[in-house]
Amino acid sequence: MSLAFRVEKRDQGSALFRSLTIIASVLVALFVAGFLLLAAGVNPATAYLEILREALGSTYGISETLVKATPLIITGLAVSVAFRMQIWNIGAEGQIYMGACGATGVALFSGLDAPLMLPAMFAAAFFAGGLWASVAGLLRARWQVNEVIVTLLMNYIAILLADYLIYGPWKNPDGYNFPLTAQFVDAARLTEYFNTRLHSGFFIALFCALAVYLLMERTIWGYQIKAIGSNPAAARYAGMKTGLAIFLVLALSGAIAGIAGFSEVAGLQHRLQHGLSPGYGYTAIIIAWLARRSALGVIIVSLLMGILLVGGDSLQLSWQLPVAFAYAFQGLILFFLLAGDFFINFRLRWVKEDADA
Amino acid sequence: MPKLLQLQHIRKTFPGVVALDDVSFSIAEGEIHTLLGENGAGKSTLMNVLTGFYAPDSGSLLLDGQPVRFSSPRDSLALGIGMVHQHFMLVAAHSVLENILVALQGVPLFFPRRQLRSRIEQTIAEFGIELELDTPVWQLSIGAQQWIELIKLLMRDCRLLILDEPTAVLTPQEADKLFQVLQRLKQQGKSIIFISHKMREVMEISDRVTILKKGSSVTTLEAGEFNQNKLATLMIGGDRIPEWQKSLPFSDELVLEIENLAVRNDRGLADLDNFNLQLKKGEILGIAGIAGNGQKALAEALTGLTKVESGRVLANGEDITRSCARSSYIAGIAHIPEDRKAIGIAPDLSLDENLILKNFRAKRFRHGVFQSRSAIRNNAIEKVDQFAIKAGPQGSPVRLLSGGNIQKVIIARELSEQPTVLVALYPTRGLDIGSAEYVHKVIAEGAGNGMSTILISEDLDELYKICDRIAVIFRGRLIGYADPTSSSREEIGLMMSGEVSA
Ligand SMILES: Nc1ncnc2c1ncn2[C@@H]1O[C@H](COP(=O)(O)OP(=O)(O)OP(=O)(O)O)[C@@H](O)[C@H]1O
Ligand SMILES: [Mg+2]
Repeated sequence: MSLAFRVEKRDQGSALFRSLTIIASVLVALFVAGFLLLAAGVNPATAYLEILREALGSTYGISETLVKATPLIITGLAVSVAFRMQIWNIGAEGQIYMGACGATGVALFSGLDAPLMLPAMFAAAFFAGGLWASVAGLLRARWQVNEVIVTLLMNYIAILLADYLIYGPWKNPDGYNFPLTAQFVDAARLTEYFNTRLHSGFFIALFCALAVYLLMERTIWGYQIKAIGSNPAAARYAGMKTGLAIFLVLALSGAIAGIAGFSEVAGLQHRLQHGLSPGYGYTAIIIAWLARRSALGVIIVSLLMGILLVGGDSLQLSWQLPVAFAYAFQGLILFFLLAGDFFINFRLRWVKEDADA
Repeated sequence: MPKLLQLQHIRKTFPGVVALDDVSFSIAEGEIHTLLGENGAGKSTLMNVLTGFYAPDSGSLLLDGQPVRFSSPRDSLALGIGMVHQHFMLVAAHSVLENILVALQGVPLFFPRRQLRSRIEQTIAEFGIELELDTPVWQLSIGAQQWIELIKLLMRDCRLLILDEPTAVLTPQEADKLFQVLQRLKQQGKSIIFISHKMREVMEISDRVTILKKGSSVTTLEAGEFNQNKLATLMIGGDRIPEWQKSLPFSDELVLEIENLAVRNDRGLADLDNFNLQLKKGEILGIAGIAGNGQKALAEALTGLTKVESGRVLANGEDITRSCARSSYIAGIAHIPEDRKAIGIAPDLSLDENLILKNFRAKRFRHGVFQSRSAIRNNAIEKVDQFAIKAGPQGSPVRLLSGGNIQKVIIARELSEQPTVLVALYPTRGLDIGSAEYVHKVIAEGAGNGMSTILISEDLDELYKICDRIAVIFRGRLIGYADPTSSSREEIGLMMSGEVSA
């Protein structure tokens, strides 16, 4: 006889159970990360308090958390819209860059004035991101080319394209040769609040969440997206144009990601520069996955990620921990969140079994 | 006879649904035991509990008198209990052989493939099954795919075989074949649990019948103690079977004309060949034929799902041969497809949402681009009531409904927009007798209001009961028409095998 455990599929858990699992996953991750901290000679309890204090304990901390969460919310929504149709947009990163390029082009060269400037930048970002993603949409809808590969590869092109612009034609002539564009004029900047870096991009993100929620849950378009995602053959049979829908949804997904690019340049950086996004578009994939189908979920998970990003930075500063530590820390949390997801669907059961069975 | 397996007070609930309330019965060695019950009575769930796919909330299973607990189908298979599911899944791109090998993985460890192949061939020959091992699965009919599932179990030498509505996807000929196989297995001392809604089959094959009603076992009867009526009464209990009358004679006005239609299938063979058909207003036209003689192609050509090679389809004189599913002519054609799960429903959407899959654009279901939730809900309430759909909690995915209830969802949806033409493939397949009667009633009433129906079925009883005319199809051609009031079953049977033309 030996003791072993088996994996059993369990019935879908309740919403409460799911939430508890997520909280438990974070706690376990903190516990494991604690050993890393101990090894680095830092008291984990103090460090965690520090993270919370940094991220949430002051107006500045909260504002920074929201600033980080802003692009995550928008790109998370972008990715999740496509996910609902079982379309995998891995290219949000590139679409952020394209959106940023579009907004920057308008900001630098349009010469528009205050009331028109920001809407024009917004529109340019929206279309640039959308157009970029629609290439993958067209290839997928027309020739069944896998959108994962196309969107992923187009990220590199987008980032290099942005680099080309800032190293080349758009480089600030008075910028001592740094790879930056000129600073935007005031008319091209989003309002900032409370003397912090918090800008209206955050509210745009919340608005996007509301819009995505309405689109997905209330409109006939959202209905079609869900139907096609659930069973494309049935949707086609019911008279839906699945090819067109794939194209449009990828374009929309890219357009939303483009808004994140707009928000970053117009709200935060006020210019286009190298390394505009430290991988928000990739984090967005995880966010969309963890949030499942809900727009509210995207906001919550993004805020959580925001806390991690801000708090992780502070660990570096306070204890001179290497940058790698912040990454390891985030990685652990993600790992346990994903593992927790497994336990939502399966349970382990201890069984006694005969050795020869 | 010694008891192989005993079930005692099994209870299984899902969030918001009591699927099994209190089920007890036992299976003897070497018997064919039929489970009978209305759609949603809990038959499939019970079998899933039996094979360890679900863990029961309470109650116990005794195998050879010993309590057992399975935590996955693998456990039960190891003890010789195997099941062919109501909705099975094979790897479509793989060959028959590969699909069987996957299931056998690890059985005789490192068994050479060639030897395995000959063993499989032996089994196939032993039971007289016709199956070509190298054909890719996507080329096979659902019926043939089911044989693969059965062969998997035969190869594993199961003591108890569970077949969940196997005959729903078999032609009557195939069903006979299956019964021969089952009888043979019984002689070898194996036990079989058989599920079917077709009374005739139940009478033919069962040693004992257990009746399940609303999640509880009502009674178990031995062969000789029951007849069709008694079973039906026990199964339906207080529920009433809908009554209907055949509609009045139809008019002479033609609503649909098919002229020299030719359709080729994926394999490049002719599914329909020079096929002609005329459908009149208010008529219920049966298409009799052995499955696989072009019925599916006919339905798909009419509904714009298949490309037509040559020939024409005229609806009210208008040529609709090359219209697609969205076009307005075709929109007036309702279609109950054969492969329900594959193209009939969006499994993750709710019942409410699935009921409007085809007409979600209708004005009454939306305000501009916004869906009208109350209208969609009310529509669902109405349909659930009309078709006696056993729905789960509101908003839960439709895939969680029982097989027959999914079927009812599709029928309710297809009939909701008062179509001018209904093309129904085996519409009562998998429905319990009450529901099947209700579907007949709806079709007959529709005919009274001018709806024309093409009813494709293999069940001659059904065709005789409801059709005004019966057209017989053989190898993609129309053999001729028969009049159900004057033609005998034998005549139609001969026509179906292509031997005579009327
Ligand atoms: N996984 C599940 N989650 C929620 N409800 C379920 C699940 N599986 C089955 N049910 C519900 O349990 C009930 C019994 O379903 P079951 O599939 O066992 O019926 P059945 O007797 O096989 O019917 P049919 O003749 O239509 O196949 C149904 O109401 C069904 O909706
Ligand atoms: Mg069933």
